[in-house]
Amino acid sequence: MLENYLPVLIFICVGLLVGTVMIALGFVLAPHKPDSEKLSPYECGFEAFEDARMKFDVRYYLVAILFIIFDLEIAFLFPWAIVLKDIGLFGFLAMLVFLGILVVGFVYEWKKGALEWE
Amino acid sequence: MIDWVITTLGHLPVVVRTVILIALFLIPLMLSVAYLTYAERKIIGAMQVRMGPNRVGFFGFSLWGLGQPIADAVKLMFKEIIIPTGANKYLFIISPILSIAPALAAWAVIPFDKGVVFADINAGLLYVLAVTSIGVYGVIIAGWASNSKYALLGAMRSAAQIVAYEIAMGFALVGVLMAAGSLNLGEIVAAQKGNIGHWFVWPLLPLFVVYFISGVAETNRAPFDVAEGESEIVAGFHVEYSGMAFAVFFLAEYANMILISGLASILFLGGWLSPLAGWDAATTLPLIGPILDSGVHWLLIKISFFLFVFLWLRATFPRYRYDQIMRLGWKVFIPITIVWLIVVGIAVLAKLPPWWGA
Repeated sequence: MLENYLPVLIFICVGLLVGTVMIALGFVLAPHKPDSEKLSPYECGFEAFEDARMKFDVRYYLVAILFIIFDLEIAFLFPWAIVLKDIGLFGFLAMLVFLGILVVGFVYEWKKGALEWE
Repeated sequence: MIDWVITTLGHLPVVVRTVILIALFLIPLMLSVAYLTYAERKIIGAMQVRMGPNRVGFFGFSLWGLGQPIADAVKLMFKEIIIPTGANKYLFIISPILSIAPALAAWAVIPFDKGVVFADINAGLLYVLAVTSIGVYGVIIAGWASNSKYALLGAMRSAAQIVAYEIAMGFALVGVLMAAGSLNLGEIVAAQKGNIGHWFVWPLLPLFVVYFISGVAETNRAPFDVAEGESEIVAGFHVEYSGMAFAVFFLAEYANMILISGLASILFLGGWLSPLAGWDAATTLPLIGPILDSGVHWLLIKISFFLFVFLWLRATFPRYRYDQIMRLGWKVFIPITIVWLIVVGIAVLAKLPPWWGA
């Protein structure tokens, strides 16, 4: 049972290795001659005058929170979807109630304008 | 020869054998990724009545420019990797690796033919969803570590877009699960056995469209490429990357395109199943019968078709505005998928033929 997952682990390790080896190859083969102009962050010709990690729009944060709610919902739907044929009408109706509560929340945030990007 | 290879492989320890098999798979995959960039330039060139790359060849023969991806790879390998001042050095180098590893690792559970899969696990689709979600970290970390305004803006845009479309994609996958009743990708394909009418693309057509468009948005491809919109924020999250570090991001994007195409083929178009399957007059023909019958070549044909659509979209559509992208993801795709999940649920419970009948 668990040994079925061994190729997955190996594949992840190989994937990480491929990326690491390619970047290491870049460092080994390529020249390395830094100077201050070359190393300055890109900024349309003039000197970068402040830290680039600036404030950003709070809506990105809002999207992240909404994402967590909906993604959890999907995680709940996964096991239900697999056994749908076995649990029959009762299981389906129970999930409809669950989905209904989600849709109420979705309509609320839609009306509140949380999904607007003007 | 082949027998000898198989017996020798059989005697090796499992870990060594798996590593060899993975290497034998990854080399063609990386080559396809390289030649996908060539195909992209050639196809878009043809659509815009240009030649595309046609100079670089092998041994003095230009060969329609077939040497171009190799030349590009060699060039990028010998370019300096610049780490900008103020950048977080470790995160800066880790993020391309975080980007490409999931794009490769997800192939562990993709079945190529009946029983031909690296890991035949029951949580296959869950694993794919989990691993591909890690890719967004590569984007965010790259934008944050670069210490560049353009990179940060590109990363924020890209992250918000990816998570928004991940939800629509997840709902579309739930529809497939309801139809197939299994997370194992091999069993999902087996559930579509029969003829072309048994493929899930028919009962799940809206989910299929949502899945593929979400896949285009997830990979930050045109027309959803605001994360690297050249005319607005230069190159987005990888503006500060050069040389091999940039090449890894580039490869990850194209590897993800192939992965999305493979998943779309398996989940909706019956994977390795032939569209002629079930039509005995064709599949029992003397010479071409085995070719017309189900096999790995059908999966490759389907993947190639989806990849062509990816390139076609890029040549055809202008870039979406960011608010339009978010509106499409949240206000169009999520309602469509929720409604269609209920429709599919009713159809499954009603045992609608031919997909769920006796």
